[in-house]
Amino acid sequence: MRTSRRTIAAIVAGAAAITLVATGCASSAGGGAAADPNEKITLTLATFNDFGYSDEMLAQYTKAHPNVKIIQNKAATSNDARDNFFTKLGAGSGLADVEAIEVDWLAEMMQYSDKLTDLSSPEVDGRWVDWKTASATDPGGRLVGYGTDIGPEAVCYRGDLLKAAGLPSEPDKVAAMLEGGWDKYYSVGQQYVEATGKPWFDSAGATYQGVINQVENAYEKNDGTVIATENPEVKDAFTSVLKASDTLSAHLGQWSDDWTAGLANGSFATMLCPGWMLGVIAGNAPAISDWNVANVFPGGGGNWGGSYLTVPAQGKHTEAAKEFAAWLTAPEQQLQAFTAAGTFPSQVKAYSDPTLLNATNAYFNNAPVGQILTDRSKAITVTPFKSVKYFPINDALQKALTRVDVDKSQSISDSWTQFVSDVKALG
Amino acid sequence: MTTALDDERRIRRIAFSHNLARWDVKISPYLYISPFFILFAITGLFPLLYTAYVSVHEWHLIGGEGAFVGLDNFAFVLQQPPFWIALRNTFSIFLLSMVPQVAFALLIAAVLNENLRAKTFWRMGVLLPYIVAPVAVTLIFSNMFGDQYGLVNNMLGQLGIPPIQWHSQELPSHLAIATMVNFRWTGYTSLILLAGMQAIPRELYEAASIDGANKPRQFFSITIPQLRPTLIFVIVTSTIGGLQIFDEPRLYDQYGQGGANSQWMTITIYLYNLGWGQLNFGRAAAVAWLLFLIIVLIGLLNLAITRKIAASSDITRVAPTTKPVESRKQKVTI
Repeated sequence: MRTSRRTIAAIVAGAAAITLVATGCASSAGGGAAADPNEKITLTLATFNDFGYSDEMLAQYTKAHPNVKIIQNKAATSNDARDNFFTKLGAGSGLADVEAIEVDWLAEMMQYSDKLTDLSSPEVDGRWVDWKTASATDPGGRLVGYGTDIGPEAVCYRGDLLKAAGLPSEPDKVAAMLEGGWDKYYSVGQQYVEATGKPWFDSAGATYQGVINQVENAYEKNDGTVIATENPEVKDAFTSVLKASDTLSAHLGQWSDDWTAGLANGSFATMLCPGWMLGVIAGNAPAISDWNVANVFPGGGGNWGGSYLTVPAQGKHTEAAKEFAAWLTAPEQQLQAFTAAGTFPSQVKAYSDPTLLNATNAYFNNAPVGQILTDRSKAITVTPFKSVKYFPINDALQKALTRVDVDKSQSISDSWTQFVSDVKALG
Repeated sequence: MTTALDDERRIRRIAFSHNLARWDVKISPYLYISPFFILFAITGLFPLLYTAYVSVHEWHLIGGEGAFVGLDNFAFVLQQPPFWIALRNTFSIFLLSMVPQVAFALLIAAVLNENLRAKTFWRMGVLLPYIVAPVAVTLIFSNMFGDQYGLVNNMLGQLGIPPIQWHSQELPSHLAIATMVNFRWTGYTSLILLAGMQAIPRELYEAASIDGANKPRQFFSITIPQLRPTLIFVIVTSTIGGLQIFDEPRLYDQYGQGGANSQWMTITIYLYNLGWGQLNFGRAAAVAWLLFLIIVLIGLLNLAITRKIAASSDITRVAPTTKPVESRKQKVTI
């Protein structure tokens, strides 16, 4: 009998322990006031692609704050980062102390701005360009994201390949050659393809991104009504990019293994280049010395991507994390990130900084990237409206492009029909 | 009187301790096995029932519980073409991985069962791929199976074979994913089959050798029939695992959503896209339950087949081994 009773006790204790473990991760309390400043803490930082936050740069912070240890996690794509972010935001635990988010799913996240720490403080007032701050401020006036970079777009090209095709290869001449609209970009591409038999740009998906970022209300009206499937601008962009891709595209899915291999092996001559793409190219094709940047963009200017840093309220050290995020997004640090990865600052003060204006990029044949991207950012006239459904709709459209351009498994019209039903299923 | 009282007490005490002993016998075994059931209730039964609860509600990943909608989520999912595509893909990948896997594993196990030098080395060797993290396996394989610049297509090109669209076409993508599954699991399955083979009585083989049966004949007439219970175990477990395949298709391309045209989107990937892509937990839970029902259905089917085989196995077991022996005896005596 005694044994049995003890067994029961053990079982109950065991079960209780398991329950505790099982529920423990869900009940970690949010918040956390500014405790002892010398308390040893670890701050986690989650980013994606390449934010340009090098270990050396982070070491500067830990040197000034010896009590802080920083761990950076990088997700491969913004999609991965988004899945991870929303899962853990919903679960109420598991997010990093400082989480990077992308502008495409910012609106989706703003619905849950109460789960993020209010970051507004007089210290950071007026640090960023107005539209950058405005889209990260909720209706209650809480600023939940510190702007990192924006993505003014230029055109990157392989000088050796253009030369081989008998086209100009000097940056200024390439810019003059491509000056104009998308038709111009495609027609020059046609010349290149005819001369070499090789593709002109990397993928329909990436090129479409450039086109659609020049449309103010592509998928949603300002009141949030979804118009993606009826909007003639979207269908035109979709059809025209795919028609051009038939001959011009290298048919590589962006971010795929083939695509990264294509960056290095010269399978295409040009690609659209937001500032942050410079780091991606240099990182994936370190041995190539012929990549260059031209100060031009089809249709004028365009912004592709750009990110924010947020501090989820579920973190244990929100005060310290806020301070860290503010430091990371200060103009000085953003300029370092720009030098490392080409992430163009969203901070006003940085635009007049000689570090930016005189910045050249050795990898891109010493191209004056600071000046080029500053010019490209001035050419941006349209700020696309992105609301809660923007990301899933754009994702469905990218898949529709992939079906035609990369997989070649559907015709343009079939793929569009499937896109329409995919958008309906988002419900 | 006093004696009577003592007696009564003693009797009662005996009765009580007798009861205790009886309870001990009756209850303790249940208590001893209860940790499993308690753990199962927490980690198995509760999530199962909670998922059922979620599946009949509108449920947003972050927003949480919404209105009760009955079977609407199930109806929605069943009307979606992607669900049926996912079902097709799951079964296709499952068949492509299980059939060759069991066949190869049988072969490997048969070889390992022979008198090899450095037995343990070979046995541990086949288990090596199983130790490698599935994520690492997938990353390496999906790079090898690149459509344009992958290693496999390069090698095919050397042989003059046109490149295969490993990602953009359905069947090649299923094959590639099945290859990863097979790479990982064949060794494990072989070891289980090897254990089964070692339990087969040696006399059967000796008798067969005396009868002049060669190795292949022994393999098909003794080893395989004798392995039936093990084979059924292997098939049941790999069915459950195969229908839940997730890591490999998830990491097969850069987006992890099963391809632009859902070429290799399995049920679990579809579930993931609904729950974490569209943040719709209600529908994702409905898919989870549908998958559960499918697995139960296949499990029942397996059980029925197993029973049938078990019922007839006595006859089959005796038949191939004793018949030749008998006929030989007859030959000798006549």
